[in-house]
Amino acid sequence: MRHMLNPLDFSVEEIDRLLALATDIEHNPSKYAHVCDGKKLATLFYEPSTRTRLSFESAMLNLGGSVLGFSSADSSSAAKGESVADTIRVISCYADIAAMRHPKEGAALVASQYSRIPVINAGDGGHQHPTQTLTDLLTIRSLTGRLRDMTVGLCGDLKFGRTVHSLINAMVRYPGIRFVLISPDELRVPSYIHEDVLKANHVEFEEVNNLDEAMSKLDILYMTRVQRERFFNEDDYIRLKDSYILDKKKMKLAKKDMFVLHPLPRVNEISTEVDKDPRAAYFKQVQYGVYVRMALIMTLLEVEKPC
Amino acid sequence: MLNISGLKEGIVLDHIEAGKSLDIYYHLGLDKLECPVAIIKNARSNKMGRKDIIKIENPMENLNLEILGYIDHNITINIIQDSKIVEKKRLSLPKKITNVIKCKNPRCITSVEQELPHVFYLADEKKELYRCLYCEEKYSE
Repeated sequence: MRHMLNPLDFSVEEIDRLLALATDIEHNPSKYAHVCDGKKLATLFYEPSTRTRLSFESAMLNLGGSVLGFSSADSSSAAKGESVADTIRVISCYADIAAMRHPKEGAALVASQYSRIPVINAGDGGHQHPTQTLTDLLTIRSLTGRLRDMTVGLCGDLKFGRTVHSLINAMVRYPGIRFVLISPDELRVPSYIHEDVLKANHVEFEEVNNLDEAMSKLDILYMTRVQRERFFNEDDYIRLKDSYILDKKKMKLAKKDMFVLHPLPRVNEISTEVDKDPRAAYFKQVQYGVYVRMALIMTLLEVEKPC
Repeated sequence: MLNISGLKEGIVLDHIEAGKSLDIYYHLGLDKLECPVAIIKNARSNKMGRKDIIKIENPMENLNLEILGYIDHNITINIIQDSKIVEKKRLSLPKKITNVIKCKNPRCITSVEQELPHVFYLADEKKELYRCLYCEEKYSE
């Protein structure tokens, strides 16, 4: 039995197989409409995350399965003080697979140690959110036709943004990837990403402050939100949150075949005027998120691919 | 010099940094053993000036001595049989250590679920860097 706790738990070959399955699901959804008939997904959400939860639920329903679960710690036994270990032991009797979102880092790993069913980490604090990374990889691969030989710009909060760290970790495994890290000095990627990931893997990268100057180099622009909750100081938040706003004017500087991704929700870092630009891919990304979760559920449940 | 009789069967932990023997005594759970245990503090040492030594006579339980590699890899482990040293064990950094150090990350699951073991894994041997198994935060003293 396998779990999905960290995107690096799967080899590049396994990720490639998963993404290929997701692409087949995208093109032939009816073929997969009953592959999980009779199977149940438990969504264990100790903190609210409506989009991620609905994406998982949508994925399971698309496969013919059903869903059960809770959407906040208040409505679970955690409010009575039950441990993650006990909760997953109980849920193992009710469902065939579980997706867990928890505010504490490592919660999904704890669950996997006591679980009799596959556990998917649907976000554990600021630590990992592997299905977001898989979504990003599928979106990039589907839109550009490749996961290699490209320049990826990452913009915004690169210090605290786990989606950014996770995407860097996943993409350095592919050849010919270059990064342009666009952020205020205060929100640059942490030193371990610099040293242990980028430099250790001999990946070409540059750190810049100015989004305008970077635009023309990029094949992918990954925008992120400057999250209010990551700041201790409200003044710092207000000073930095509008540093990098993508608008029509900036999009004119970009390649014609560049794509803009964003893990959502956006606040104002992408102007709504960009939404109509064919290169704006962040809502397509949401759809890819469902396909990749369908592929992941099938893979972990070891459901056979239909002919 | 204080005289403590030699061991016939057992384990001698030698070259312990002076003053550290009691920490090791508790880390190894020697306080829970039934067998005789001698702690020698501040013994004279040509190499170290002063050192501590622990002698454990014929322990019936399997001691997890691997943890000594994390505490101090200069410690020498001598296995004694028939009053002779039959094996000298070299210490290296253990790949995994459980319930020796605690994760200090307030966002880690171990901060709220008190009964969980605190497990760290060796992330970088050269830098002697350990990370929490759950949150992957690096350990610092």
